[in-house]
Amino acid sequence: MKKLMTLLLMALMVSGLHAQTRTDLPNVTLKDLNGKDVNIARLTNNGNPIVITFWATWCGPCIKEHNALSDVYQDWQDETGVRIYAVSIDDSRSTAKVRPTVEGKGWDFEVLLDVNGELKRAMNVSNPPHTFLIDGNGKIVYQHTGYFEGAEEELYQQILKIVKK
Amino acid sequence: MRKHILVLLALALGIGFRAGAQSLTEGGQVSGSFQTDAQYYRLDEGIGINDLRGKQLGINGFGKVNYTNGDFSAGIRFEAFLPEMNGFRPELNGVGLANFFATYDNGFVGVTVGDIYDQFGSGLVFRTYEEWSLGMDNALRGARVVLRPAQGVTLKGVYGRQRFFWAPYLERDMDNDDYRGIVRGVDAEWDLNQSIPALSESQFRMSLGGSFVSKRQYDQSLFYYIPENVGAASARLNLGYGRVSFSTEYAYKINDPSAINNFIYKEGQALLASLSYSQKGFGAVLQVKRTDNMSFKSMYTGKQNDLDINFIPPINYTHTHSLPSLYTYSTQPNGEMAAQLQINYTIPKGTLLGGKYGTKLAFNMSQVNDIVRDSIMENGRMVINKPGTLGYTSNFFAISDHRFFRDINIEIDKKISKDWHLTAQYINLYYDIETIEGHAGAPVVQANIGFLDVTFKINNKQSLRLELQGLWEKEVHAGYEYEESEMKDYQKRGDWAAALLEYSINPHWSFSIADKWNYGNPVEEYRDHYFTGTVTYIHDATRVMLSAGRQSEGVVCVGGVCRTVPASSGVTLTVSTSF
Repeated sequence: MKKLMTLLLMALMVSGLHAQTRTDLPNVTLKDLNGKDVNIARLTNNGNPIVITFWATWCGPCIKEHNALSDVYQDWQDETGVRIYAVSIDDSRSTAKVRPTVEGKGWDFEVLLDVNGELKRAMNVSNPPHTFLIDGNGKIVYQHTGYFEGAEEELYQQILKIVKK
Repeated sequence: MRKHILVLLALALGIGFRAGAQSLTEGGQVSGSFQTDAQYYRLDEGIGINDLRGKQLGINGFGKVNYTNGDFSAGIRFEAFLPEMNGFRPELNGVGLANFFATYDNGFVGVTVGDIYDQFGSGLVFRTYEEWSLGMDNALRGARVVLRPAQGVTLKGVYGRQRFFWAPYLERDMDNDDYRGIVRGVDAEWDLNQSIPALSESQFRMSLGGSFVSKRQYDQSLFYYIPENVGAASARLNLGYGRVSFSTEYAYKINDPSAINNFIYKEGQALLASLSYSQKGFGAVLQVKRTDNMSFKSMYTGKQNDLDINFIPPINYTHTHSLPSLYTYSTQPNGEMAAQLQINYTIPKGTLLGGKYGTKLAFNMSQVNDIVRDSIMENGRMVINKPGTLGYTSNFFAISDHRFFRDINIEIDKKISKDWHLTAQYINLYYDIETIEGHAGAPVVQANIGFLDVTFKINNKQSLRLELQGLWEKEVHAGYEYEESEMKDYQKRGDWAAALLEYSINPHWSFSIADKWNYGNPVEEYRDHYFTGTVTYIHDATRVMLSAGRQSEGVVCVGGVCRTVPASSGVTLTVSTSF
């Protein structure tokens, strides 16, 4: 085991010489609410920005953030073409509740299920809510953790920045 | 032998990704995250902390780095508990490389060596995961292969030994009473809609799956013959038509005597089912569950959540506010009959009750009872749950009168104007302390809880939030009077009031002060205030939080797995960042 560790560490160090901080989305496949596979690395939105939010049915600030995003989503779409993917990190106890919660609250986001935290780990999310902004070329350009009332405004400024480019 | 295979695989993968790195113009990418939680403890006789037991400081920290390059990825996670914070398991004390993995996945085949997190179906027979806030990690160190031979078909195989705090991964480490077994499992899933083109746009949805998992453990018992191979299997089905969805999973486990089930040789069973309907503005879901003797661990002497191979999802509402969280349900591994109903409804905008922004309503009811157990004949005598026997028989559909838990709650969420937002919740709880927390002779608590959250947006940058909570309880003692020596169990009991005021400045700052007051505790000296003050600073993906004050005894739960937190007093600092 020690050898394996050393090998991996060495391999990481060697390759690390050329490595840069990650901007690509990870090669992780999640299911949407219809059970369809969605590969995160291949998410596209016709060159328009994408927002990925991590949330859970039991996370109070996440619900607040998504209610706030829901209120402005139509306007944002009209103005920037942005698409929001809301990744639920609920485990199997709540999987069945995600769809009724999303629909019952009237959210229009694309919803993905990260039942065993695979994308959460790959994107280094420690605590929800955690939000990523991806530009038209599929690169991560901004991320933010936590939610305070009105924080969606900051996110929108970031979206406008990449749309204007 | 296994070790050599792993080394070879790692080598092959290493060379593979080096070659890959050279052929790609962009090279690899690195990402990661760090978090440190530190607590400084102080004496506080007011809440009964007269002795720190030599522990002035607790620090939990981790750092992880992931490397990706095309189809290849690898990562390491370093952990330090110096020593662990109060409420975490003492076995965590230590420093080291806790987790590493390397994966190659080209869409058709995926191979991972190292520490593996995965789940089959809803986890009834296999789930390995990690939850930092609970100090929980049951990763499988070994190998995993995933095959996707056709669109909509996924086959998986896993093999390895689970993490057990810092115990070394030796073949058999009898000196340390560590005789973890090997876990191996296979899973197959078939999604008809993705594999049959004619169904790809259909209203009708269907997928099927099945798993088999077994453990190879070593019999070290002087009293019982412990089976050295224990298998468990499950089958699952998801059906949907338009707005209606149905999903179910059934699992079966052969005899698996353990410390958790009192060394009985009965088989285990679990059934989960849910039915839901949803349309824009309305969603309803009904879930039912029956579990019987389904604790499945890779070491038969394992306690609490140690070395769990499977995950039995609790089906009840997860409260996040401090007072309802005093009485959080945790799964009873030996048997449960449970049901839950949840309804979400948004009263549309522009109606009388909906107002300008709409009004969001939510209703949830869940209840958990015991299963019915009947005694069996053993050597001419009727016995029940006796070690070394088949334990008991149980009617699959019978529900015991013994209720563990019930939660009925209703929530209203209303944006009143551009600046005012209000959330209110009423909760009615029934909580059997004796069963759920294992305090013999403790009563049942019936509590009414009210919660109000008012947010006022001062301007685009600043906002104020006020949170008020009250908990009023009644206790039902089963003809039992507590004695002086059990008064420790009386911390947290009785009526409570709580308030929190938060002022936040976007996008960086938040300041809050809070108090919880156990004013109605039956024991006068426990009628304490728990004041805390917290400052949070957030910059992009970095969060720094400093809080000072008292923390009441309670339970922290994530996904139905809980850890108890003792009362403490002092300063807590959390720093986390990711890139």
